[in-house]
Amino acid sequence: MEWLPIIDKSVLILIIFLISLGIAAYSTYAERKVAAFLQDRIGPNRAGPFGLLQPIADGVKMFMKEEIIPSAADKFLFMLGPCIFMMTALMTSAVIPWGKPLDIGGYQMNLQVADINIGVLYIVATASVGVYGIMLGGWASNNKFSLLGAVRASSQMISYELAMGLSIIGVLLISNSLSLSDIVKGQEGFHWNIIYQPLGFLIFLICAFAECNRAPFDLAECETELVGGYHTEYSSMKLGMFLFAEYVNMFISSALIVCLFFGGYNFPGIDNLDLPQNVASIISVVIFFAKTFFFIFFFMWIRWTIPRFRYDQLMKLGWQILLPLSIFNVVATAAWLTFVK
Amino acid sequence: MAQYIFYALSIVTILSALYVVFAKSPMYSVIAMIVCFFSIAGHYVLLNAQFLAIVHIIVYAGAIMVLFLFVVMLLNLNQEPDKSHGKLLRVAAAISGGMLFLVLLLSLNTSETGTFVLPEKSDIGMVEHVGKKLFNEYVLPFEISSVLLLSAIVGSVVLAKKEA
Repeated sequence: MEWLPIIDKSVLILIIFLISLGIAAYSTYAERKVAAFLQDRIGPNRAGPFGLLQPIADGVKMFMKEEIIPSAADKFLFMLGPCIFMMTALMTSAVIPWGKPLDIGGYQMNLQVADINIGVLYIVATASVGVYGIMLGGWASNNKFSLLGAVRASSQMISYELAMGLSIIGVLLISNSLSLSDIVKGQEGFHWNIIYQPLGFLIFLICAFAECNRAPFDLAECETELVGGYHTEYSSMKLGMFLFAEYVNMFISSALIVCLFFGGYNFPGIDNLDLPQNVASIISVVIFFAKTFFFIFFFMWIRWTIPRFRYDQLMKLGWQILLPLSIFNVVATAAWLTFVK
Repeated sequence: MAQYIFYALSIVTILSALYVVFAKSPMYSVIAMIVCFFSIAGHYVLLNAQFLAIVHIIVYAGAIMVLFLFVVMLLNLNQEPDKSHGKLLRVAAAISGGMLFLVLLLSLNTSETGTFVLPEKSDIGMVEHVGKKLFNEYVLPFEISSVLLLSAIVGSVVLAKKEA
């Protein structure tokens, strides 16, 4: 048994884990700063220079708060809920190719934890399992607002999963593979999938917003109707886990959008520069993260631009508009590939 | 290595399957069943059938069990275990279940036994191979089952329209 791949993968998993959590923490700061910028305010500026220590202060506050478990709640499931939600949020990062391979003393280090040939299906699977965290958490709280929030959140996620899965099929048809690393390799230079799949991208983007329970689809925690949605009864770090996992989801969704539609780590003209392998690899990682950060910003931008949907509008959009459009997209892409190309 | 994983997965599968039956609360039964499905998916991966494993998770753990959970959640069956079934029903259930078990046991008893050796680099379970098989050799059953699913969808829409 070779030990090198195991050490290599373990190190990579640890780094990605820390980066995901770090980015999620600073997304909370960025969200408040972006909100402040869009609303012509200053935003957090007390903790550290420019308020940069704000996420750490928030984290400490979350840990220090008293932990309350409702006496009528199912304690085990109450704790299991946030665990599952956080775990599935982090699990998706396993199949994302973060950059070109590094060369460490002759050993090729692949910057992707698992290059499985069903990468896209794996993403769909983890997204569908993530629903359990919300459902169990909302149900176990033994509170009708929590239960209603959980039912709303899970029916929303299930409805938008369909259109999301179908919108990816167009990309799969073009790149001829289910493996994310192949999909990214196929978009070398400027052959980004967004050019060939604008409709697919739009559908995927809308569904990503709905899957992350982000505004304008944040009906699950619609405070005017449901107090706090599925995490009404949660306090302390368990609440923190739910809120934090939402930011992890946002980061991973942005990374996925970049992988599937915006060329992943590719950048026009990067091959013409003739850089040494390691330099090219590091630049590709930087490019990947720059694109991802843009989409995280986009998530926040939309939040302060579009008002929240009503519940029937949400369902109508999902089932009567996005689903037929994504089916049309699949048929159109297949026809184009068969008859034109 | 693969052998130890196999044993660990098998223990989890059997224990969670037993828990589905013996759990007092239907909520826990559903969750144990999800765990059971995941460990079965693990077995598929060990057999190098990645596509089957992931579809198993998407369809069973991701869709069907969510439906189960919804029903259990909204009916709130978490109260006292149901004691309304009469003695006769219990005896009947025990006999029919026992008969099924006996039939399974007998059919397995006469089947061939031996050690099955997995080919070193088998990629039958990969997406390309499954797809080629489905759309060449088994295209008729595949299409028939898709028509069956379509008719189920149409049926459920018709029923839902009638209710509304």
